Amino acid sequence: MRNVRLIARLDVKAPNLVKGIQMEGLRKLGDPYEFAKEYYKQGIDEILYTDIVASLYERNSLLDLIKKTTRDIFVPITVGGGLRSLDDVAAALRAGADKVAINTAAIKNPKLITEVARRFGSQCMVHSIQAKQNRDYWEAYYDNGREHSGLDAVEWAKRGEELGSGEILLTSVDREGTAKGFDLDLIKAVTKNVSIPVIASGGMGELKHFSDAVLQGGADAVAMAHVLHYGLVTVDEVRQQAIRHTIPVRIPGG
Amino acid sequence: MSGVVVIDYGMGNLLSVKRGIEACDFNVEIAADPEKIANADRLILPGVGAFKDGMNELQERGQVEAIQKFVLTERPFLGICLGMQMLMSESEEHGIHQGLGLFSGKVVDIPRKNTDGVQIRKTPHIGWSALKHSSSRKDWKNTILQDVPENEYFYFVHSFMAVPEDVDNTLAVCEYEGLNITACVQKSNIMGCQFHPEKSGESGLMILNRFLSI
Repeated sequence: MRNVRLIARLDVKAPNLVKGIQMEGLRKLGDPYEFAKEYYKQGIDEILYTDIVASLYERNSLLDLIKKTTRDIFVPITVGGGLRSLDDVAAALRAGADKVAINTAAIKNPKLITEVARRFGSQCMVHSIQAKQNRDYWEAYYDNGREHSGLDAVEWAKRGEELGSGEILLTSVDREGTAKGFDLDLIKAVTKNVSIPVIASGGMGELKHFSDAVLQGGADAVAMAHVLHYGLVTVDEVRQQAIRHTIPVRIPGG
Repeated sequence: MSGVVVIDYGMGNLLSVKRGIEACDFNVEIAADPEKIANADRLILPGVGAFKDGMNELQERGQVEAIQKFVLTERPFLGICLGMQMLMSESEEHGIHQGLGLFSGKVVDIPRKNTDGVQIRKTPHIGWSALKHSSSRKDWKNTILQDVPENEYFYFVHSFMAVPEDVDNTLAVCEYEGLNITACVQKSNIMGCQFHPEKSGESGLMILNRFLSI
């Protein structure tokens, strides 16, 4: 097994870090940069910023946030939310992002995945999928969980891999912000069907949820929001949980 | 002389490399001008992307000759990720392409399948891997890795890997699903890291710091 990555997910509604439940009812938590810095000190493996409003005005403040972050946070940074074109991606990378996460624009124009992968490399193209249980399948949602696409999320993930995505950010809309644990069946369904890395997102509320996502779901990385922002666990506690379950993780300091 | 220069050839996350150098309290300039490249105190070739595109971009800007000129001065030169791969003589990434040839060696695909055709590893190799001494090394004294303890983790993102001919040039490898991948090379003042020191937390900064004090 490769080293499982611990990712801090910060949803931003400029200038604030926000957190909702099932992507609604947002609460302001503070300066996202300060949170990111704290997680960096704790030894987080990656930072993921998502602009949940994604208006043009917001875009500039998000780019400023990335620029500020690269000054003293030296881990990979992924940026998502409202990126619609190659130019948007180029701007995010120029600001210091390493990867971009794309959902809405990819649903509307799947070719964008291929174009981003070809121009900037597949490692840079994170296919963001927001999945919601819909009777007997998971449906892919967009516009931050507000609109449904009719696409089967598992099929969409497979298609994304074919189109050139480097990894998949898989968010369960049902579990997001609930702290009830990841949707393990969803994670399993996707990890079994693609050979690119899958980041489990949405629902972590305690340490056990982390090890479940990896050991039962097969997740290659775990995105944590609520559980870190509210201080329910620290990055190091997650790492200790990994070690207890012989899940390989990066150990800062060797 | 013009201090530390990061080569701008239109590819890669240049800003992060610049920030990493700044965090080590050095002034740094991102430059495309061949003159500036040839006359730098220290030169960094960063990069993420395809080998062929990278070489083409360097060529179009007249930077290949500038790099060759710089190397003759024996001042410190660091290639990062694609920048390290381009130090090799050639790459098999989507056809055979000539590299800078500062190291004899090839860049090859990271195999995903074993000899029975079963998938055993995913690519790209994304994530943190621990550095180990290569078969030719017992320690990293007087190298760019001098300050790094063995088994420290660094951030990798790549689908191809460099295989230098002379094993003595390989300082460190990392193990990825049973495969030893060249992680760091050095031949006198020419150095290369497959991983991203500018994205590898405080231990990455230690490597940049060492490079800046050579």
